Order: sequence, then C-alpha cells, then structure tokens
Amino acid sequence: MAEQSIAAELKKTPLNGVEKELGGKMVDFGGWELPVQFTGILDEHEAVRTRVGIFDVSHMGEVTVKGPDALKLLQQATCNDVSKLENGRIHYNGLLYPTAGFVDDILIYRNAPDDYFVVVNASNTDKDFEWLRDCAKGMDADVRNVSADYAQLAIQGPKAEALLQPMTDVGLSPMKYYRFGTGKVDGVEAIVSRTGYTGEDGFEVYIAPEHGPRIMRKIIAAGAKPCGLGARDTLRLEAKMALYGNDIDHSTTPLEADLGWIVKVEKGDFNGRDVLQREKSEGVRRRLVGFEMVDRGIGRHGYPIVDGSSEIGVVTSGTHSPTLKKAIGLAYLPVDKTALGSEFVVLIRGKETRARVVPTPFYKRAK
Amino acid sequence: MTPEDSRYAKSHEYVHVEGATGTIGITEYAQKELGDVVFVELPQVGSQLEQNEELGSIESVKAVSELFSPVSGEVIEVNEKLKDKPELVNTDPYGDGWMIKVRLSDATEADELMSAEEYDEYVERESAH
Repeated sequence: MAEQSIAAELKKTPLNGVEKELGGKMVDFGGWELPVQFTGILDEHEAVRTRVGIFDVSHMGEVTVKGPDALKLLQQATCNDVSKLENGRIHYNGLLYPTAGFVDDILIYRNAPDDYFVVVNASNTDKDFEWLRDCAKGMDADVRNVSADYAQLAIQGPKAEALLQPMTDVGLSPMKYYRFGTGKVDGVEAIVSRTGYTGEDGFEVYIAPEHGPRIMRKIIAAGAKPCGLGARDTLRLEAKMALYGNDIDHSTTPLEADLGWIVKVEKGDFNGRDVLQREKSEGVRRRLVGFEMVDRGIGRHGYPIVDGSSEIGVVTSGTHSPTLKKAIGLAYLPVDKTALGSEFVVLIRGKETRARVVPTPFYKRAK
Repeated sequence: MTPEDSRYAKSHEYVHVEGATGTIGITEYAQKELGDVVFVELPQVGSQLEQNEELGSIESVKAVSELFSPVSGEVIEVNEKLKDKPELVNTDPYGDGWMIKVRLSDATEADELMSAEEYDEYVERESAH
C-alpha cells in the first residue's frame, strides 16, 4: 500500500477549515490541499445522482477579458465560436496552441459583448493567464487573473434547485443549462450558473472568499452532502467530461479528443485552425473512446493498450462506475480500432486484460 | 481497536496465526486509506507465497494497491465472499473481510512482525508526516 503525504506549502481554498472540520480526507491535488472524500466516494456519488451534493471548487481559476478587442482575442485563442454567445450565456471551449493542442479546456461566460468571465482549470490558471496576455499583444483587451477574488461552490444533483432557491434572489427555475445570472446568495453578491462537472443538474456559485465558509455551512445544513474530488472524478467520467492532464493536454487536439462539437473552423482564423482543418479533411489518426472492461480489473490512467508486442494506445481515465457498477474508462486508440463493440487489450500491471469500445456518455440523466 | 491476537506488516497486512494456519487480510487503517473497495484479486488455492511477495491487488474506486504476503506458505483457502462483496474489506477487515489462509512454512516469520501496539505506533508516525 502506497501512502501519500501532504507537503507543507500546499495552497488552501477559503473552505479548507470547514472541510477539515467535516472530516474531509485531505490530499495534494495539483498543489492544492483538497478533500478526496468525506464519508466515501460511493455514497457521495450516489447523493449527487439521486439528491444533492456540494463541492468546493474554489481552486478553479477565473480570468476576466474586457475591452473593445475582448471578442477578437477570445476568437483568436479558442476553437469554439465566441461570437455566438449572448449575454448571460456560457459555453465550453478549448484554449489552443497553434499546434491545435490544448492549453486548457475552459468555460466562457458573456456579461457583455466586450466583457467575458473565463473559468479555467486550477493547475492551468497561471499558464492560461499568461497565454491569453501573450495573445492579447497589440490588441485593446484587458486580461486579469481574478482567481483570488472568488470562492466557488458547486451544488449538484436533482434537488439542487430546490435547495438553493430559498437562499438566492436569482431566479433558478427559468435558468436553462449553461446560463448564468448575478444577484445575492445569502445576502452577498454572487454569480450563479447552471453548470457543473457531474452530468447532473446543478449550479455553480461564485462569491467573495470571506463568505465561502458561512454559505457552505448553510448549504450543508439545508441538506447537501459534502463531496470530495473522488466523487467528482467518478461523476464526471460517467458523464464523459474531459479532465485536463488526463484525457486532454498540449499534445491532443479537440478532434482527437472527440470534441468536434466545439471546433468551428468556419468562424475565421484562430490558433490551430489549419491543423484542425487538415484533420477534418484527412481524418485523425487516433481518437478518444469510451470503454468498459470485459475481463476483471480496472484500466486506469496511463495504462498501455497493446496489440501483440506493440503499444497502440493508452488509457487516459478509468474507474469503477458507481452508477453502472462496472469498470469504465476513456482511451486513445488508432481510428481503425474505434468501432463500437471492438475489443482491445489493456496491460494492467503487466497482465493482458480485455476491454470493449462502448457508446458514451456512460451515464445520461433523465430530463 | 487493532486486534492483539494478530501480527502486522509495514505494508498494512495482518496475519492471524492459529496453529500452522495464518489468516491474512488488511488492517482497519489500510481499508480507511483505500476507501470503497470494489475488487480484490487473490491467488489460487495451492499457490506458494514467499514472505513480502505480492499476493494480489486491491482496487478501490480511487486507486489500486498491491497486497504483500506478511508470511511464507501455501495458500489453502481464499475468501470467496469477496468476489461478490468486496466491501467486506471495508466493513469488517479483521473478520468477514479476511483474504486468504496459508499453511505457514516458517512459524518464526510471524513473530518478527509488529504487535498490535507496535503497529498502532507505526501508523501514528506514518500519518503524522
């Protein structure tokens, strides 16, 4: 059994004290001290699928992009079409290098045509901020890293709306998926969006850090189950939401990652467009697929996929699915091996173990 | 409470010795660290294990860990219940969550392992840093 110990200089979110008080099992997550679980991954997962759970996601970064060239900058730096956003709407997007590899996967919130709020992965915050600033050279756009100004809470699950509505003047019922509003939550200014990383209905709430602990306690007192990173990972994987650093990174393109729906080559020039155009016309060589294990075992991140003696692919994420009660995962495979139902071999600690390509997402909530 | 009638390895397995038979599993501390266990891979009856040799693996939702045999011996029984109910490792690690029974090939090996008291101190030191 390998143990992980926590280095002294980990970053802490404003909810760190509350989490320790609640018995969170704290781990080092990309330099942040965060709870991997409270009572257990399986029951936290189940709470989100059937009732409501709360996650501290304050480690996520926030960057504002404002000014006359704000749209131009975001259009240049990303592959989705930011001009299609309207005020109060959000979309998922890829921040790309000229190679079409991911700098990060991000959410863009539009406040106004010249005012955007960009939510980025914690460990990529500094890199994204600097990349956006570099891309902004010669443009009239103001890019700011405002991550320290916010605590972020994700309230997720079918009962999320009923739980949160009494605490906020933002109308939740009319708010559709991937929309947001601003108003008060427990009397303080907040951004509330109908978003999440669980495949379930739910909201993400951005507030000033000093109000985080009080509001988190209130939400828990109202019935939300505290959930950790472990359940966050099993939930997002069942919903086939990509994890940067696992399923996507600088070496993978959105088309390889099966994220063609965010690639809008017709929008005009942007970083990586020529590469993506070529991939569109010639096809990609490898593609991210969902799989389930045929033999016993769990194919996990980094395990090789082999064909005889040659390595032909790699598992990028894998776990036991608490909802489906079987081993599932995502993997890059050569395109000619990606047909639904085709079998391949994962090396699990040296042992050849069969897996099968299956449709994704693994889990889809009933609307 | 760590049972006083068993001996403990640094890799968090226990062996409970009765006559020439050793019952092997993982400790309460180990199951807590692993979290929800979903799958336990164990050796076949009849296989021969050396002390500290890998005897199998244990998958929890969040990670996989190797299991090491705290003693040498021949596997005479594996806990078939774990196939359908791996969570027994979490709920009753020293009881129904046992993993294998071995016929000890060297009774002195168990004596060299930690006592319950020594193991508790060891765990305290480990979780402190």
